[in-house]
Amino acid sequence: MRRLFVYSALASALLSAPSFAATAYISNEKDNSISVIDVATQTVTATLPVGKRPRGLLLSSDNTLLYICASDSDTVQVMDLATRQIIKQLPSGADPEQFALHPNDRWLYISNEDDSLVTVVDTQDSKVLAQVDVGVEPEGMAVSPDGKWAINTSETTNMVHWIDTATQTLVDSTLVDQRPRHVEFNKDGSQLWASAEIGGTVSVIDVASRSIIKTLKFQIKGVHPDKVQPVGVKLTRDGKYAFVALGPANHIAVVDAKTFEVLDYLLVGRRVWHMAFTPDEKTLLATNGISGDVSVVDVDSLKVTKSIKVGRYPWGVVVTP
Amino acid sequence: MRHYLLYGRAYLLAITCSALLATQSFAAEPLQVRIGYLGYTPDVGPLMSNVIPEPTDAGLRGAELAITDSNSTGRFLKHEYSLQVATADTPEKLFTAARHLHDQGLRLFVVNAPAATLRQLSTVLSDSLLFNAGAYDDELRSANCPNNVLHTLPSRAMLTDALVQFLVLRQWQKAFLIVGQKPEDQAYAAALRRAAKRFGVKIIEEKPWTFDNDQRRSAQADMALFTQASDYDVVLVADEAGDFGEYVPFNTWLPRPVAGTQGLVPMGWHKTVETYGAAQLQKRFELYAKRWMNDRDFAAWMGVRSIASAVTHQKNTDPAAIRTLALSPDLPLDGFKGRKLSFRAWDGQLRQPIALVQPRALVSTSPQDGFLHPDTELDSLGLDAPESSCRLIDQPLQTP
Repeated sequence: MRRLFVYSALASALLSAPSFAATAYISNEKDNSISVIDVATQTVTATLPVGKRPRGLLLSSDNTLLYICASDSDTVQVMDLATRQIIKQLPSGADPEQFALHPNDRWLYISNEDDSLVTVVDTQDSKVLAQVDVGVEPEGMAVSPDGKWAINTSETTNMVHWIDTATQTLVDSTLVDQRPRHVEFNKDGSQLWASAEIGGTVSVIDVASRSIIKTLKFQIKGVHPDKVQPVGVKLTRDGKYAFVALGPANHIAVVDAKTFEVLDYLLVGRRVWHMAFTPDEKTLLATNGISGDVSVVDVDSLKVTKSIKVGRYPWGVVVTP
Repeated sequence: MRHYLLYGRAYLLAITCSALLATQSFAAEPLQVRIGYLGYTPDVGPLMSNVIPEPTDAGLRGAELAITDSNSTGRFLKHEYSLQVATADTPEKLFTAARHLHDQGLRLFVVNAPAATLRQLSTVLSDSLLFNAGAYDDELRSANCPNNVLHTLPSRAMLTDALVQFLVLRQWQKAFLIVGQKPEDQAYAAALRRAAKRFGVKIIEEKPWTFDNDQRRSAQADMALFTQASDYDVVLVADEAGDFGEYVPFNTWLPRPVAGTQGLVPMGWHKTVETYGAAQLQKRFELYAKRWMNDRDFAAWMGVRSIASAVTHQKNTDPAAIRTLALSPDLPLDGFKGRKLSFRAWDGQLRQPIALVQPRALVSTSPQDGFLHPDTELDSLGLDAPESSCRLIDQPLQTP
């Protein structure tokens, strides 16, 4: 028994060998903490107390700062990853849930769920640059790789809103399916992928025309269609795969990002929510809210190799080298 | 307390579009989506217990908020939603108001009225589509179901099935049932008996509540004697108006939980429903209405949102087309209940999870795990296709 365990631990360590030295940070929504995972050993090495109800996470481009949406503290906290201390609290507007950082590393776009607003904050001087009216229950945020567009989704309005970052104004909106949750640009910024939790779909939007070119649907044997609720989306840099976390369906869909064909469904923990790649993109980590763990996916073999217990209701995840 | 009933107050709630938000591509005239709200709540008469009064604008505030929510999409699509409200203190005045709105061209309505009034309205407005946000009656969903009515309010059968599934889960297999005198209490008791039989809970004793004294002073003595029986796991109460049921908990002969219209209550919506984004809707509603959102508010909100989802999808306001789409599998609806909601093709009932609440906490949500159904577990609640003689999907709405 013990020998078996050693072998399997060894095997999973070997599988993720290329991801050595990477560190993952997980926000635990119901524990007011961040779990730190050493990706090489696949163990939790620290648990850091943060503000109330931490959800969205993101990194500065040099990976030295961790931004944390502390939703019930109504603030965005900035953690210095060298000292693991909160060094700043940014004015975020009420109930920040998701956000995105402009490539200039200064403008932080934050969705304020209760106020139908996107707040733009300058991370250097902590000043609010603008507040943009969007639809009801703003949720997902993304900024295009060229920095031209900030994208917000509104869950009750069912739209993807296009904010011109030059003027910080909303210039267009694209109707997608019910309850859009998350948006993700592909590497060259030509496509925007938007998940719709209740619609059960992912819309692939052509950025140039701002129109939908493909609506992805998912069907898992033995899982009722109502439980297929896409939330997190991650695209590989090489344009090969898209991974879609399907919430209470407890699976991640693997999509061919070129043909839009669904290739496989990977069984993970309960209510899989958001995902992040290791820097080498050989490993994908996914947070499972209800089971309170993180699933480790080997991207080459498309196999789930391990689950790592973290805090209560893990929500967001980012990985530094 | 129930004397706020305005007749002839028909006003237009037009939510102005924000001029700040420009949309490109659409230069055509905006599509006007005019929805009528018809409200009539009869006075229930004096009650023996000092129940906390129902808000007099239940339902209406939900419909109004849904108009605002729908215009948030509409402003980008050039669809303008407005609500025209008619509330009356008699059914006859409501029919007159309904005809008046119909003459103005309205064909989409949300109705908060008792079953008999709703049934008559469905005849008065025979070429229109009505959403029922006020009548729990199972007979509207079984025999002679009106062809042009969809139901966003759960039926009594759904509520009691949701409750009894939980009793089965807790292994509370023997029930003592107390039934009030009013017709709706009888209907609720009938639904409880049906659910008990369906899921294998035994009603070991059933008693009508015939006391006419004031339970505020005598419950401690009366209720204990009244609930004497050999043994039971739970006391079920059928008292929709709240005449005596509030005094059953803690006063039973045996120390047992109380459920039904009081105690642990199955509801379509409640203040304590907060997961799956529901907290956002609750906050929005409380900011707007300055009170908690109740099940009628939610049903009316869902009615308007169902119309808006269909209009967004098909880009017209034709009631027959909205009805056909609503009864098809192609209109997933977001009701903050953790899964997509849809209308049953046979009786037009909105499938939805049911909250089991005590006054200040959510206890559980049904359907419970393990109650299986070949299509969707949500259909383990209420009248399933084989139990209902309705076949709405086979009978299109006739419009001139």
